[in-house]
Amino acid sequence: MPQFDPTWVASQLVWLAIAFGVLYLALTRIALPRIAEVLENRHTRISADLEKAGQLKDEAAQVLAAYEKTLAEARGRAQALIRTTSDEMAAAAAGREADTARRLADQTKAAEARIAEAKQAALANLRTVAVDVASAAVERLIGTGVASGQIDAAVGAAIKDRS
Amino acid sequence: MAAKTIDPLHQFEIHPLLPIKLGAVDVSFTNSSLWMMLSVIAVTAFLTLAMRHRALVPGRLQSVAELSYEFVAGMIRDNVGQAGMQYFPLIFTLFMFVLFGNLLGMIPYAFTFTSHIVVTFAMALVVFVGVTVIGFVKHGLHFLRFFLPHGLPIWMVPILVPIEVLSYFLRPISLSVRLFANMTAGHAMLKVFGGFTVMLGLFGIAPLALNIAVTALELLVALLQAYVFTILTCVYLNDALNMSH
Repeated sequence: MPQFDPTWVASQLVWLAIAFGVLYLALTRIALPRIAEVLENRHTRISADLEKAGQLKDEAAQVLAAYEKTLAEARGRAQALIRTTSDEMAAAAAGREADTARRLADQTKAAEARIAEAKQAALANLRTVAVDVASAAVERLIGTGVASGQIDAAVGAAIKDRS
Repeated sequence: MAAKTIDPLHQFEIHPLLPIKLGAVDVSFTNSSLWMMLSVIAVTAFLTLAMRHRALVPGRLQSVAELSYEFVAGMIRDNVGQAGMQYFPLIFTLFMFVLFGNLLGMIPYAFTFTSHIVVTFAMALVVFVGVTVIGFVKHGLHFLRFFLPHGLPIWMVPILVPIEVLSYFLRPISLSVRLFANMTAGHAMLKVFGGFTVMLGLFGIAPLALNIAVTALELLVALLQAYVFTILTCVYLNDALNMSH
Protein backbone atom coordinates (compact mmCIF):
# COMPACT_ATOMS: atom_id res chain seq x y z
CA MET A 1 0.00 0.00 0.00
CA PRO A 2 1.35 3.45 -0.92
CA GLN A 3 0.16 4.65 2.50
CA PHE A 4 2.92 2.66 4.21
CA ASP A 5 5.70 3.81 1.90
CA PRO A 6 8.13 5.69 4.20
CA THR A 7 9.55 7.79 1.36
CA TRP A 8 7.09 10.66 1.75
CA VAL A 9 6.49 10.67 5.50
CA ALA A 10 8.62 13.80 6.08
CA SER A 11 7.02 15.61 3.17
CA GLN A 12 3.52 14.67 4.33
CA LEU A 13 4.20 15.90 7.87
CA VAL A 14 5.84 19.13 6.77
CA TRP A 15 3.12 20.02 4.29
CA LEU A 16 0.38 18.98 6.69
CA ALA A 17 1.85 21.33 9.27
CA ILE A 18 2.13 24.13 6.72
CA ALA A 19 -1.40 23.59 5.35
CA PHE A 20 -2.96 23.33 8.77
CA GLY A 21 -1.05 26.36 10.04
CA VAL A 22 -2.03 28.46 7.02
CA LEU A 23 -5.65 27.39 7.33
CA TYR A 24 -5.64 28.14 11.07
CA LEU A 25 -4.24 31.61 10.46
CA ALA A 26 -6.63 32.30 7.57
CA LEU A 27 -9.64 31.20 9.59
CA THR A 28 -8.73 32.97 12.84
CA ARG A 29 -7.66 36.18 11.10
CA ILE A 30 -10.21 36.46 8.28
CA ALA A 31 -13.08 33.98 8.15
CA LEU A 32 -14.10 33.32 11.74
CA PRO A 33 -14.15 36.96 12.93
CA ARG A 34 -16.50 37.79 10.06
CA ILE A 35 -18.92 34.98 10.89
CA ALA A 36 -18.74 35.81 14.59
CA GLU A 37 -19.35 39.49 13.82
CA VAL A 38 -22.40 38.73 11.67
CA LEU A 39 -23.83 36.34 14.27
CA GLU A 40 -23.13 38.83 17.03
CA ASN A 41 -24.78 41.65 15.04
CA ARG A 42 -27.82 39.52 14.39
CA HIS A 43 -28.03 38.55 18.04
CA THR A 44 -27.70 42.18 19.15
CA ARG A 45 -30.26 43.31 16.58
CA ILE A 46 -32.78 40.66 17.59
CA SER A 47 -32.43 41.37 21.30
CA ALA A 48 -32.63 45.12 20.64
CA ASP A 49 -35.79 44.60 18.59
CA LEU A 50 -37.27 42.41 21.28
CA GLU A 51 -36.43 45.01 23.91
CA LYS A 52 -38.01 47.73 21.78
CA ALA A 53 -41.11 45.62 21.27
CA GLY A 54 -41.29 45.10 25.03
CA GLN A 55 -41.03 48.86 25.61
CA LEU A 56 -43.74 49.56 23.06
CA LYS A 57 -45.94 46.95 24.69
CA ASP A 58 -45.42 48.58 28.10
CA GLU A 59 -46.24 51.96 26.59
CA ALA A 60 -49.39 50.59 24.99
CA ALA A 61 -50.40 49.08 28.30
CA GLN A 62 -49.86 52.43 30.01
CA VAL A 63 -51.93 54.24 27.39
CA LEU A 64 -54.66 51.66 27.74
CA ALA A 65 -54.62 52.01 31.53
CA ALA A 66 -54.83 55.82 31.25
CA TYR A 67 -57.66 55.53 28.75
CA GLU A 68 -59.55 53.13 30.96
CA LYS A 69 -59.02 55.39 33.97
CA THR A 70 -60.38 58.38 32.03
CA LEU A 71 -63.28 56.31 30.83
CA ALA A 72 -64.07 55.16 34.36
CA GLU A 73 -63.89 58.73 35.64
CA ALA A 74 -66.19 59.97 32.88
CA ARG A 75 -68.58 57.15 33.61
CA GLY A 76 -68.51 58.02 37.33
CA ARG A 77 -69.18 61.69 36.60
CA ALA A 78 -72.01 60.80 34.23
CA GLN A 79 -73.56 58.55 36.81
CA ALA A 80 -73.29 61.21 39.53
CA LEU A 81 -74.92 63.69 37.15
CA ILE A 82 -77.70 61.25 36.36
CA ARG A 83 -78.25 60.62 40.07
CA THR A 84 -78.43 64.32 41.05
CA THR A 85 -80.64 65.15 38.06
CA SER A 86 -83.01 62.31 38.78
CA ASP A 87 -83.04 63.27 42.46
CA GLU A 88 -83.87 66.87 41.54
CA MET A 89 -86.54 65.74 39.13
CA ALA A 90 -88.01 63.39 41.71
CA ALA A 91 -88.02 66.17 44.32
CA ALA A 92 -89.71 68.57 41.87
CA ALA A 93 -92.27 65.95 40.91
CA ALA A 94 -92.95 65.16 44.55
CA GLY A 95 -93.41 68.90 45.26
CA ARG A 96 -95.82 69.29 42.36
CA GLU A 97 -97.69 66.20 43.41
CA ALA A 98 -98.00 67.50 46.98
CA ASP A 99 -99.26 70.88 45.67
CA THR A 100 -101.81 69.23 43.48
CA ALA A 101 -102.91 66.94 46.28
CA ARG A 102 -103.30 69.91 48.61
CA ARG A 103 -105.23 71.91 46.03
CA LEU A 104 -107.45 68.93 45.28
CA ALA A 105 -108.03 68.42 49.01
CA ASP A 106 -108.96 72.11 49.41
CA GLN A 107 -111.32 71.95 46.46
CA THR A 108 -112.85 68.74 47.80
CA LYS A 109 -113.34 70.34 51.19
CA ALA A 110 -114.93 73.46 49.64
CA ALA A 111 -117.16 71.29 47.47
CA GLU A 112 -118.18 69.20 50.43
CA ALA A 113 -118.97 72.38 52.38
CA ARG A 114 -121.10 73.63 49.50
CA ILE A 115 -122.85 70.29 49.21
CA ALA A 116 -123.56 70.30 52.97
CA GLU A 117 -124.94 73.85 52.73
CA ALA A 118 -127.08 72.92 49.74
CA LYS A 119 -128.27 69.80 51.58
CA GLN A 120 -129.14 71.91 54.63
CA ALA A 121 -131.02 74.37 52.44
CA ALA A 122 -132.75 71.55 50.62
CA LEU A 123 -133.76 69.91 53.92
CA ALA A 124 -135.09 73.23 55.19
CA ASN A 125 -137.14 73.74 52.01
CA LEU A 126 -138.33 70.12 52.25
CA ARG A 127 -139.95 70.83 55.64
CA THR A 128 -141.88 73.90 54.37
CA VAL A 129 -142.94 72.03 51.23
CA ALA A 130 -143.97 68.99 53.34
CA VAL A 131 -145.98 71.21 55.70
CA ASP A 132 -147.68 72.96 52.73
CA VAL A 133 -148.46 69.66 51.06
CA ALA A 134 -149.69 68.11 54.33
CA SER A 135 -152.01 71.05 55.15
CA ALA A 136 -153.39 71.07 51.62
CA ALA A 137 -154.00 67.32 51.81
CA VAL A 138 -155.60 67.60 55.21
CA GLU A 139 -157.90 70.43 54.02
CA ARG A 140 -158.96 68.34 51.06
CA LEU A 141 -159.58 65.27 53.15
CA ILE A 142 -161.44 66.73 56.03
CA GLY A 143 -162.68 69.91 54.43
CA THR A 144 -161.40 72.20 57.10
CA GLY A 145 -157.99 73.58 57.96
CA VAL A 146 -155.99 72.51 60.85
CA ALA A 147 -153.77 74.75 62.83
CA SER A 148 -150.55 75.11 60.97
CA GLY A 149 -148.59 74.63 64.18
CA GLN A 150 -149.98 71.14 64.56
CA ILE A 151 -149.05 70.11 61.02
CA ASP A 152 -145.62 71.55 61.40
CA ALA A 153 -145.09 69.53 64.53
CA ALA A 154 -146.41 66.36 62.86
CA VAL A 155 -144.12 66.84 59.86
CA GLY A 156 -141.17 67.48 62.14
CA ALA A 157 -141.95 64.26 63.99
CA ALA A 158 -142.21 62.32 60.72
CA ILE A 159 -138.90 63.66 59.46
CA LYS A 160 -137.27 62.76 62.71
CA ASP A 161 -138.70 59.22 62.43
CA ARG A 162 -137.29 58.74 58.90
CA SER A 163 -133.99 60.21 59.26
CA MET B 1 -3.04 6.11 -20.33
CA ALA B 2 -4.38 3.92 -17.47
CA ALA B 3 -3.27 0.36 -17.11
CA LYS B 4 -5.70 -2.30 -18.28
CA THR B 5 -5.59 -4.09 -14.97
CA ILE B 6 -7.43 -2.65 -12.01
CA ASP B 7 -5.08 -1.16 -9.48
CA PRO B 8 -7.32 0.33 -6.79
CA LEU B 9 -4.33 1.48 -4.78
CA HIS B 10 -2.75 3.46 -7.61
CA GLN B 11 -4.80 6.50 -6.61
CA PHE B 12 -3.08 6.64 -3.23
CA GLU B 13 0.39 6.93 -4.67
CA ILE B 14 2.33 10.06 -3.92
CA HIS B 15 4.54 11.62 -6.53
CA PRO B 16 6.54 14.79 -6.22
CA LEU B 17 5.50 17.86 -8.17
CA LEU B 18 8.24 20.16 -6.90
CA PRO B 19 11.28 18.38 -5.46
CA ILE B 20 12.56 20.05 -2.31
CA LYS B 21 15.40 18.74 -0.17
CA LEU B 22 16.00 19.92 3.34
CA GLY B 23 19.45 18.53 4.01
CA ALA B 24 19.03 14.78 3.66
CA VAL B 25 15.26 14.94 4.18
CA ASP B 26 12.96 14.93 1.18
CA VAL B 27 10.15 17.44 1.76
CA SER B 28 9.05 17.75 -1.86
CA PHE B 29 5.80 19.44 -2.72
CA THR B 30 3.74 16.41 -3.78
CA ASN B 31 0.27 15.79 -5.13
CA SER B 32 -0.74 15.24 -1.50
CA SER B 33 0.64 18.65 -0.54
CA LEU B 34 -1.17 20.16 -3.51
CA TRP B 35 -4.54 18.85 -2.35
CA MET B 36 -3.85 19.95 1.21
CA MET B 37 -3.21 23.47 -0.05
CA LEU B 38 -6.28 23.27 -2.31
CA SER B 39 -8.34 22.33 0.74
CA VAL B 40 -6.93 25.31 2.60
CA ILE B 41 -7.78 27.60 -0.30
CA ALA B 42 -11.24 26.06 -0.76
CA VAL B 43 -12.15 26.41 2.92
CA THR B 44 -10.87 29.97 3.13
CA ALA B 45 -12.45 31.00 -0.18
CA PHE B 46 -15.77 29.38 0.69
CA LEU B 47 -16.06 31.01 4.10
CA THR B 48 -14.81 34.38 2.90
CA LEU B 49 -17.00 34.46 -0.20
CA ALA B 50 -20.04 33.20 1.66
CA MET B 51 -19.67 35.94 4.27
CA ARG B 52 -18.80 38.76 1.83
CA HIS B 53 -22.20 40.46 2.17
CA ARG B 54 -22.26 40.13 5.97
CA ALA B 55 -26.03 40.10 5.55
CA LEU B 56 -28.29 40.39 8.54
CA VAL B 57 -30.63 37.95 6.83
CA PRO B 58 -28.28 35.37 5.28
CA GLY B 59 -28.50 34.05 1.75
CA ARG B 60 -28.00 30.40 0.89
CA LEU B 61 -24.21 30.38 0.86
CA GLN B 62 -23.95 32.54 3.98
CA SER B 63 -26.39 30.20 5.72
CA VAL B 64 -24.11 27.25 4.99
CA ALA B 65 -21.06 29.11 6.30
CA GLU B 66 -22.93 30.15 9.45
CA LEU B 67 -24.29 26.64 9.79
CA SER B 68 -20.77 25.14 9.79
CA TYR B 69 -19.76 27.68 12.45
CA GLU B 70 -22.82 27.00 14.61
CA PHE B 71 -22.45 23.26 14.05
CA VAL B 72 -18.92 23.11 15.44
CA ALA B 73 -19.72 25.64 18.18
CA GLY B 74 -22.75 23.57 19.19
CA MET B 75 -20.65 20.39 19.18
CA ILE B 76 -18.15 21.96 21.58
CA ARG B 77 -20.83 23.50 23.80
CA ASP B 78 -22.74 20.20 24.04
CA ASN B 79 -19.72 17.94 24.59
CA VAL B 80 -17.23 20.15 26.41
CA GLY B 81 -19.20 23.09 27.73
CA GLN B 82 -18.47 26.81 27.64
CA ALA B 83 -14.89 26.23 28.81
CA GLY B 84 -14.17 24.40 25.56
CA MET B 85 -14.99 27.44 23.43
CA GLN B 86 -11.45 28.77 23.77
CA TYR B 87 -10.38 25.85 21.56
CA PHE B 88 -13.08 26.61 19.01
CA PRO B 89 -10.79 28.03 16.28
CA LEU B 90 -8.53 24.97 16.43
CA ILE B 91 -11.40 22.47 16.39
CA PHE B 92 -13.19 24.38 13.64
CA THR B 93 -10.00 24.38 11.54
CA LEU B 94 -9.62 20.65 12.15
CA PHE B 95 -13.23 19.96 11.12
CA MET B 96 -13.10 22.06 7.95
CA PHE B 97 -9.69 20.69 6.96
CA VAL B 98 -10.76 17.06 7.31
CA LEU B 99 -14.19 17.74 5.76
CA PHE B 100 -12.77 19.48 2.68
CA GLY B 101 -10.00 16.89 2.43
CA ASN B 102 -12.65 14.17 2.32
CA LEU B 103 -14.99 16.06 -0.03
CA LEU B 104 -12.33 17.23 -2.50
CA GLY B 105 -11.12 13.62 -2.57
CA MET B 106 -14.47 12.72 -4.12
CA ILE B 107 -13.58 14.65 -7.27
CA PRO B 108 -12.36 12.16 -9.89
CA TYR B 109 -8.55 12.10 -10.25
CA ALA B 110 -8.22 14.08 -7.02
CA PHE B 111 -5.91 12.95 -4.26
CA THR B 112 -7.44 12.22 -0.86
CA PHE B 113 -4.86 13.18 1.74
CA THR B 114 -7.15 11.96 4.56
CA SER B 115 -6.66 8.44 3.16
CA HIS B 116 -3.07 8.54 4.34
CA ILE B 117 -2.39 7.16 7.78
CA VAL B 118 0.62 9.47 8.18
CA VAL B 119 -1.66 12.51 7.85
CA THR B 120 -4.50 11.21 10.00
CA PHE B 121 -2.14 9.86 12.65
CA ALA B 122 -0.26 13.15 12.82
CA MET B 123 -3.53 15.00 13.39
CA ALA B 124 -4.73 12.42 15.92
CA LEU B 125 -1.40 12.56 17.74
CA VAL B 126 -1.52 16.35 17.96
CA VAL B 127 -5.06 16.09 19.37
CA PHE B 128 -3.97 13.36 21.81
CA VAL B 129 -0.85 15.14 23.03
CA GLY B 130 -2.61 18.50 23.18
CA VAL B 131 -5.52 17.12 25.16
CA THR B 132 -3.20 15.29 27.56
CA VAL B 133 -1.15 18.45 28.11
CA ILE B 134 -4.35 20.42 28.74
CA GLY B 135 -5.43 17.77 31.26
CA PHE B 136 -2.16 17.96 33.20
CA VAL B 137 -2.08 21.78 33.05
CA LYS B 138 -5.63 22.00 34.32
CA HIS B 139 -5.56 19.27 36.98
CA GLY B 140 -1.86 18.68 37.62
CA LEU B 141 -0.97 15.16 38.73
CA HIS B 142 -4.59 14.79 39.82
CA PHE B 143 -5.29 14.12 36.13
CA LEU B 144 -3.82 10.63 36.67
CA ARG B 145 -6.93 9.80 38.70
CA PHE B 146 -8.62 9.72 35.30
CA PHE B 147 -7.31 6.14 35.00
CA LEU B 148 -8.93 5.21 38.31
CA PRO B 149 -12.69 5.13 37.82
CA HIS B 150 -14.79 6.31 40.74
CA GLY B 151 -16.10 3.78 43.27
CA LEU B 152 -13.83 1.00 42.07
CA PRO B 153 -13.31 -1.94 44.51
CA ILE B 154 -9.64 -2.03 45.55
CA TRP B 155 -9.01 -5.55 44.21
CA MET B 156 -10.08 -4.45 40.74
CA VAL B 157 -7.54 -1.62 40.55
CA PRO B 158 -4.64 -3.77 39.23
CA ILE B 159 -6.92 -5.13 36.50
CA LEU B 160 -8.78 -2.01 35.47
CA VAL B 161 -6.08 0.64 35.63
CA PRO B 162 -3.90 -1.02 32.94
CA ILE B 163 -7.01 -1.36 30.78
CA GLU B 164 -7.83 2.31 31.24
CA VAL B 165 -4.26 3.34 30.47
CA LEU B 166 -4.13 1.12 27.40
CA SER B 167 -7.46 2.37 26.08
CA TYR B 168 -6.28 5.94 26.64
CA PHE B 169 -3.11 5.38 24.64
CA LEU B 170 -5.04 3.60 21.89
CA ARG B 171 -7.07 6.74 21.30
CA PRO B 172 -4.78 8.34 18.67
CA ILE B 173 -4.56 5.02 16.85
CA SER B 174 -8.30 4.41 16.73
CA LEU B 175 -8.93 8.04 15.83
CA SER B 176 -6.49 8.03 12.93
CA VAL B 177 -7.14 4.50 11.66
CA ARG B 178 -10.92 5.13 11.57
CA LEU B 179 -10.55 8.06 9.17
CA PHE B 180 -7.74 6.53 7.11
CA ALA B 181 -9.47 3.15 6.73
CA ASN B 182 -12.84 4.65 5.82
CA MET B 183 -11.34 6.89 3.15
CA THR B 184 -9.03 4.21 1.74
CA ALA B 185 -11.68 1.50 1.63
CA GLY B 186 -14.28 3.76 0.04
CA HIS B 187 -12.01 5.07 -2.66
CA ALA B 188 -10.60 1.62 -3.40
CA MET B 189 -14.14 0.29 -3.75
CA LEU B 190 -15.09 3.10 -6.14
CA LYS B 191 -12.02 2.32 -8.20
CA VAL B 192 -12.77 -1.42 -8.30
CA PHE B 193 -16.33 -0.87 -9.51
CA GLY B 194 -15.07 1.74 -11.95
CA GLY B 195 -12.66 -0.84 -13.35
CA PHE B 196 -15.48 -3.38 -13.69
CA THR B 197 -17.57 -0.83 -15.56
CA VAL B 198 -14.82 -0.33 -18.12
CA MET B 199 -14.03 -4.06 -18.46
CA LEU B 200 -17.62 -5.30 -18.84
CA GLY B 201 -18.48 -3.02 -21.75
CA LEU B 202 -22.26 -2.91 -22.21
CA PHE B 203 -22.83 -4.95 -19.04
CA GLY B 204 -20.80 -2.37 -17.19
CA ILE B 205 -24.07 -0.59 -16.51
CA ALA B 206 -24.58 -2.77 -13.42
CA PRO B 207 -21.34 -1.81 -11.63
CA LEU B 208 -21.90 1.77 -12.86
CA ALA B 209 -25.27 1.91 -11.10
CA LEU B 210 -23.66 0.46 -8.01
CA ASN B 211 -20.88 3.02 -8.26
CA ILE B 212 -23.40 5.86 -8.29
CA ALA B 213 -24.91 4.53 -5.08
CA VAL B 214 -21.45 4.05 -3.56
CA THR B 215 -20.54 7.60 -4.54
CA ALA B 216 -23.55 8.86 -2.60
CA LEU B 217 -22.54 6.68 0.32
CA GLU B 218 -18.97 7.98 0.13
CA LEU B 219 -20.22 11.58 0.26
CA LEU B 220 -22.08 10.65 3.44
CA VAL B 221 -18.98 8.94 4.80
CA ALA B 222 -16.88 11.99 3.96
CA LEU B 223 -19.20 14.17 6.06
CA LEU B 224 -19.65 11.59 8.78
CA GLN B 225 -15.95 10.87 9.27
CA ALA B 226 -15.13 14.56 9.52
CA TYR B 227 -17.89 14.82 12.12
CA VAL B 228 -16.69 11.73 14.00
CA PHE B 229 -13.09 12.95 14.03
CA THR B 230 -14.21 16.31 15.42
CA ILE B 231 -16.66 15.02 17.97
CA LEU B 232 -14.13 12.52 19.34
CA THR B 233 -11.68 15.40 19.67
CA CYS B 234 -14.40 17.20 21.67
CA VAL B 235 -14.99 14.13 23.83
CA TYR B 236 -11.27 13.78 24.58
CA LEU B 237 -11.05 17.48 25.32
CA ASN B 238 -14.02 17.15 27.66
CA ASP B 239 -12.27 14.29 29.50
CA ALA B 240 -9.21 16.51 29.97
CA LEU B 241 -11.11 19.65 31.00
CA ASN B 242 -13.84 18.14 33.14
CA MET B 243 -12.45 14.67 33.97
CA SER B 244 -15.96 13.31 33.67
CA HIS B 245 -15.18 9.64 33.79
